[in-house]
Amino acid sequence: MKHFLTLALVAVMLGLSACSEPAPRNRGVYMLIDTSGTYTEELAKAQQIINAVLAKLNPGDSFAVARIDTGSFSEKDIVAKVTFDERPSVANQQKRAFLESIDRFIKEVRPATYTDITGGILQASEYLNEKNPGSKVILVFSDLKEELKKGYVRDFPLLLDRIEIIALNVTKLRSDNVDPREYLNRLEAWQQRVVQDGGDWRVINDLDRLNQIIRG
Amino acid sequence: MSLAESLTMFPSPFLTAIFWFLLVSVVLYFTRAPAHRAMATLFQVLSEAMQLAAASIHGAENRLAARNRDVLLASGREAAERGIEREFERVEVNVRREIAQCTAIDRMMTEALTRIEEDHKRSMDVPPAPPGWAGVVQAIAEVPGKSDPIVSGILEQIHTSLLKMQKEAINAYRSAVQARHEHLRKMAPEWRNLTQLTTQMKKNVTTMIERSQTIDRQMDEYENVIRRTEQAERTLTASSLSQFFVSGLVLAIAIGGAFINFQLIARPMAEAVGANSFIGNFRIAEIAALVIILLETAMGLFLMESFRITRLFPMIGALPDKTRQRMIYATLSILFFFACVESGLAYMREILLEDELATSAVLRGEAQAAATTSYMWITTTAQMVMGFVLPFALVFVAIPLESFVQSSRTVIGMVAGALLRTIAAVFLLLGKAFDYGGRLLVDVYDIAIFGPLWLETVVKPAGSGKPVRSSSPRIRKKPGDTPAVNEAVS
Repeated sequence: MKHFLTLALVAVMLGLSACSEPAPRNRGVYMLIDTSGTYTEELAKAQQIINAVLAKLNPGDSFAVARIDTGSFSEKDIVAKVTFDERPSVANQQKRAFLESIDRFIKEVRPATYTDITGGILQASEYLNEKNPGSKVILVFSDLKEELKKGYVRDFPLLLDRIEIIALNVTKLRSDNVDPREYLNRLEAWQQRVVQDGGDWRVINDLDRLNQIIRG
Repeated sequence: MSLAESLTMFPSPFLTAIFWFLLVSVVLYFTRAPAHRAMATLFQVLSEAMQLAAASIHGAENRLAARNRDVLLASGREAAERGIEREFERVEVNVRREIAQCTAIDRMMTEALTRIEEDHKRSMDVPPAPPGWAGVVQAIAEVPGKSDPIVSGILEQIHTSLLKMQKEAINAYRSAVQARHEHLRKMAPEWRNLTQLTTQMKKNVTTMIERSQTIDRQMDEYENVIRRTEQAERTLTASSLSQFFVSGLVLAIAIGGAFINFQLIARPMAEAVGANSFIGNFRIAEIAALVIILLETAMGLFLMESFRITRLFPMIGALPDKTRQRMIYATLSILFFFACVESGLAYMREILLEDELATSAVLRGEAQAAATTSYMWITTTAQMVMGFVLPFALVFVAIPLESFVQSSRTVIGMVAGALLRTIAAVFLLLGKAFDYGGRLLVDVYDIAIFGPLWLETVVKPAGSGKPVRSSSPRIRKKPGDTPAVNEAVS
């Protein structure tokens, strides 16, 4: 009898564990767009990437686009954000509305003086952790040359657990052409920092591979 | 010190090898009898175990075969009973119809015969005879004095009157004959009618004879099944196999239809239950679509059961007619509801598709897609019609499903029987292998000690006969073995 009760209890526990809340399968994507200096000229490509990401996202996914400027750790820098409705028809409407917001931003954007990439990544990780999707991706559309205003503190560990950071269209600066090691060191430094803080790092410079940005 | 070094007895390895060989041979020679017994016993045990297992499996196979036979004959009897029952129902319907017709035909034949008789009687009426004035005329004609103008005038008048009378008589005769002919002419269609009626009767009787022949044939089959003849078993087995494959093929086609149905409704289902909800690895939208299709199939089964076309649920077939009728209406209503839902979902699917195409076009930077061309309504209509028709088409899955379930019992039994036979054969083979393996090992043992054995034959006096052989038991049938083992060994 005792064994029977134990078996029954185990069976109930197994049943309850099977009925527990499943892991989320939705995706969260946060895209940072560098608006400093001459990089604003690359914004057409950013729009192309946003379109590709929108085409890949499904109902239930979250997507936000923010700009990188002097102080990027701010909600004000978020250009557009959306969590797509569970219904595909509504999600399609949301995609179109999102696209219009981006169009407006591209037309009205002004170059920023400084480039606070770390602040942007912090803001992105905060947004994604709050949404808590199944997979978290931060897209950084920048040359990865960080220029902080005097007094801004950014040299501390980032919380990037289970977050994948993809650097897109990392253009070479004039100084990189003089000494390519600068470019390589810049990339390596970012990779080291991201991996140390618990994230994954990828670089995609070939925009023909846009379909690889969001997997699945 | 290594093992090789410890075994080295002489400087020469050859001498060492000879020494050890001789030593081992002597030891093996003296332990020959117990070694032979041990080997023989071990292999005998293994062999008998295999034979026992084979016999046991063979017994299980026999029981399974008997069970399969029972199932096959029972299903065959049921099918034959059903066939005969239906044939009798048809005969009953035919008989009722024919008997009703027989009365009418009989009445029609009687009427036709009466009319023919009447017409015949009428045709027998004798036409009116010419007036009997011939004698008077002759008497007047013989009056003398014909040259007398008065007599001549009278005769002339009489002649004229006679001619007139004759003409009238001929006319009367002709009309009488015409009337008789008319009666005879009227008889012809009546004859034809009678011929048709007899043909009809003959046809009905032939149909009944054919039906009775069919019943006779089915009764023969039924009797064969009842008598459990081998012919009946063979026929039923062949029939089950063909039914299994045919119904399997039809079910595969039905699954294809269900898959198309699933594709039609799974996508728009996301609008109702959400596109990002999962149970395990499956989207809830897909599960919902699948559940709808399964419900439709279940309703189809109930409908077919209520019509008594299939007999998967005997309880439904045994329900009173009124209850079954209510079930038919209920299942038909639910199916109609599902058909409407599917049709709506198919329409929704098309709208969603167009919406997605438009959004993709916008994302690609193209102008609004011109996909909504004038002929798009054709695909929309086709999808809606398919969505409406497929639930009703799935109803008929019940028929091959019943056939498949019934024939699969026989087929699975046959496959299991064949499997058991194969396993039993393998065990028997292993038993034999162990038997001969034991004997082989005993002989190999003797080969290894050929030296001492040869010496034994040399040293022993010639009269003592053969060298001393071990009393090793041989594996063979013994009275102590179980009947199963003996049977298996034989």
